Amino acid sequence: MAETLLDIRDLKTWFKTDDGMVRAVDGVDLRIDRGETVGVVGESGCGKTVTARSVLKLIDMPPGRFENGQILWQGRDLIPLPAEEMDKIRAREIAIIFQEPMTSLNPVYTVGDQIGEVIRQHENLSKKQARDAAVEMLRLVNIPNPGKRVDDYPHQFSGGMRQRVMIAMAMSCKPKLLIADEPTTALDVTIQAQILELMQEMKERLGMSIMLITHAMGVVAETCQRVVVMYAGKVVEEASVEALFGNPRHPYTQGLIRSIPRVDRGAEQKQRLEAIPGTVPSLLQPPTGCRFAARCKYVMDVCTQAMPPLKEAAPGHFVRCVL
Amino acid sequence: MIPSLLGISVVLFTLLAMAPGDPFDELATNPAVPPEVRAALRLKFGLDDPVWMRYWHWLIALMHGDWGFSFVSRVDVSTLIMQRLPVTLVVIGASQVLAIAVALPVGVLAATRPYSLFDQIANTFAFIGFSLPTFFTGLVLILIFSIQLDWLPFVYRADIAATGWAFYWEHFKQSVMPVTVLGLFQGAALVRFVRSSVLDVIRLDYVTTARSKGIGERKVITRHVVRTALIPVVTLIALQMPIVFSGAVVTEQIFRVPGIGSLLISSMLANDTPVVMGVTFVSACLVVIFNLIADILYGWLDPRIAFR
Amino acid sequence: MAGSTHASLSAKAPAAVPGARKGRRFSPWQEAWRRFRRHKMALFSAFALFLVVFGVLAGPFLWRVPINEIDFAAKLQGPSWAHPMGTDDLGQDLLSRLIYGGRISIAVGVAAMIVAIFVGMLVGALAGMASGGLDAALMWLTDLFLSLPQLPLLLLVIYLFREPVKGVLGVEGGAFILIVGVIGATRWMAAARLVRAQFLSLREKEFVEAARALGASRMRQVMMHILPNALGPVIVVATIDIAAAIIAESTLSFLGLGFPSDVPTWGSVLRDAKDYLDIAPHWALFPGGLIFITVLAINFIGDGLRDALDPRRVL
Repeated sequence: MAETLLDIRDLKTWFKTDDGMVRAVDGVDLRIDRGETVGVVGESGCGKTVTARSVLKLIDMPPGRFENGQILWQGRDLIPLPAEEMDKIRAREIAIIFQEPMTSLNPVYTVGDQIGEVIRQHENLSKKQARDAAVEMLRLVNIPNPGKRVDDYPHQFSGGMRQRVMIAMAMSCKPKLLIADEPTTALDVTIQAQILELMQEMKERLGMSIMLITHAMGVVAETCQRVVVMYAGKVVEEASVEALFGNPRHPYTQGLIRSIPRVDRGAEQKQRLEAIPGTVPSLLQPPTGCRFAARCKYVMDVCTQAMPPLKEAAPGHFVRCVL
Repeated sequence: MIPSLLGISVVLFTLLAMAPGDPFDELATNPAVPPEVRAALRLKFGLDDPVWMRYWHWLIALMHGDWGFSFVSRVDVSTLIMQRLPVTLVVIGASQVLAIAVALPVGVLAATRPYSLFDQIANTFAFIGFSLPTFFTGLVLILIFSIQLDWLPFVYRADIAATGWAFYWEHFKQSVMPVTVLGLFQGAALVRFVRSSVLDVIRLDYVTTARSKGIGERKVITRHVVRTALIPVVTLIALQMPIVFSGAVVTEQIFRVPGIGSLLISSMLANDTPVVMGVTFVSACLVVIFNLIADILYGWLDPRIAFR
Repeated sequence: MAGSTHASLSAKAPAAVPGARKGRRFSPWQEAWRRFRRHKMALFSAFALFLVVFGVLAGPFLWRVPINEIDFAAKLQGPSWAHPMGTDDLGQDLLSRLIYGGRISIAVGVAAMIVAIFVGMLVGALAGMASGGLDAALMWLTDLFLSLPQLPLLLLVIYLFREPVKGVLGVEGGAFILIVGVIGATRWMAAARLVRAQFLSLREKEFVEAARALGASRMRQVMMHILPNALGPVIVVATIDIAAAIIAESTLSFLGLGFPSDVPTWGSVLRDAKDYLDIAPHWALFPGGLIFITVLAINFIGDGLRDALDPRRVL
């Protein structure tokens, strides 16, 4: 078995608001091995972004706080780690890119400055060397004419190009894990494919792992080896891509897969595109039983009484459902 | 800048022209002045010309630096203003420096710990600061530091006899209160603006990006938050210059600082119209100049501007 | 120029967490009151301001000492039972003078605010409706007024027009009209910008589009749909304007260019007091304190109203 890089155990990240405690992440377990791409899927508000940001401790505290759990990075728990130690892990071991390339770069510095800043922080380089390294990174992510573009400001780049800059920045310290938080959601479809391809290329070149947060099942099917499905702050199913798409066990996962538009089906197989009825339950007072119960078409009495445990339905295939 | 100055000159001239009785009446109707001299004066000042002609002559004279002479002291208005202007600029400059020196760290600290005790105290003091009229703060300071404690002089003197260090020390002592009054009033408004500007920036995505780089919270704040948050603050400082001038007029009056503010008041009380007009125009010009400086700074601080 | 964040401490930022809101529904005014109530300083200030306003309105009926009864035997006395706020250099009772002055100061504040808001809304609405040349011209004018040094201009106008206006309207009435007029005329810009901005952002919104499609006349659109929406921010500005106008009036009187010194306003009492700071500090502290408390209270109320009506703006 491959070496485990990241092991999140029973993580609870809660937010204090005027209306009460919002349990955005409420007991999540998640493992990422070296060299693996793990997809984390679910609809907006399911806690996938909070989980991702919790790993790098990028949650504003207050209002957020870690209520429980461990985030083990190569065996070391990150939660009690002091800020200075955490800063040595950020960018150098775990890097992150975000959904909005338009707003993720500081508008008042050149992209070269911003890439150079990371490199200089973690490697002992002169300004000139950092700039050269930044040019090299821009070349690596296929930005044309990098020697000149390095002195441009973010607003002079297009959305797709900015996401490339973000990837260059994230890659510049050769991290072991890249967290990509909906990296393609804000981009045009053609650009999306290019960015995913670039991430794949970077992964192979550096031998890193990727935690890919997305709500697009299609993206997961293309790029991931393993998938974690989240619903209302909980993991509801975890399996290899093949098992998940071939034999989805949780009704929510089944709904998600049925909601993917498919062009490869012939007319005789024509099927209606299904939406999952209902909405996500309140994270202020989550229901005691299964959180999907209210929307589930197979709901039984037992579902609303107690939260079903995550059980291993097949080797490596976990599901939180009584079925 | 030129249109603004022209606009200001039109506003001033309109006021002057609308004022009932012409401001030169006093001189022209003085019984000691013989009628032919009076007529010559009226001709010289062009009082019988159509309005736009008078404006034109007035503007030309203004641009030549020919601002007339003071009815009271018989000195050229421009000379008088030039004598007084440096003091005002020093007081305003020092108080702005004080305001920024107080407001920037306090505002940034308050914004990085929103709703904390420090934030609440800073906010309350800011409210008190800009609700205290400058004339009252000035009197209270005089009451405490000049009358009760006898530490600082409450009259500003231009003719200090001492030399060397003593000279500067005396100047410093007499400037403390006017600069403090003006600076804290400005600083109070600025604290709130800096705080909200920093709060605006601190939630932006690129600050999270900066945090994810592992450069440490201090560098995140100074390099990524404050740097961008300063851009609107610069504009505000420029936009507040008219208010600073208003404050300066009051402060100069209370502490009897011989600047253009106290010149304005004393010439008004003495019905010295040419000086009044001159000072008003100069203060308007200064405000326009500060706005221009702010525009330049803005372009320098924000690379996005240069490409528009 | 304004940033866009919660200006005050009471409006806790709602965390950007989906699913955080409960399904409670309030009418806009209920919701506003709910938010205002949470601003403790604003509530407390509203109470303090009520006391001050009630005091100056009811004061003359409760405290019947005339404002100009000269008594040299009792001059420059500190607070006592006979004179709760002491006396001035002519032995006049300060309490009754400050009650009288408070009426003038607050009346000037409110009246000047009305002038400023009226002019501002007019200019802003005109500019917002008429795009193109007129809009540009009006906004240029607004910017021009914003960059004028207010106090020198205020002083200049009063200096030039004081005598003639006095001739027409009498000493006190003339000073009142003139001061209200000039303060109003130099403070309309904020309201104008706000109203125009509201116009520009609301003009394209669906409900105005709908009204337009239904054939609502221009005037009707403005009165029924746009102005009510601009109301919240304008109320906030109006509140702050009252405080600013009270300070402006006090400043003018303090400088000797406001109300004549035989008319006691808070500013003119303070002006008379400043030469006696060493022997009669109470004389300056009472009017100064009253100005301060009133202005502070109004500013806090303005802050509370901003939280309640316009939570996304500052300054």
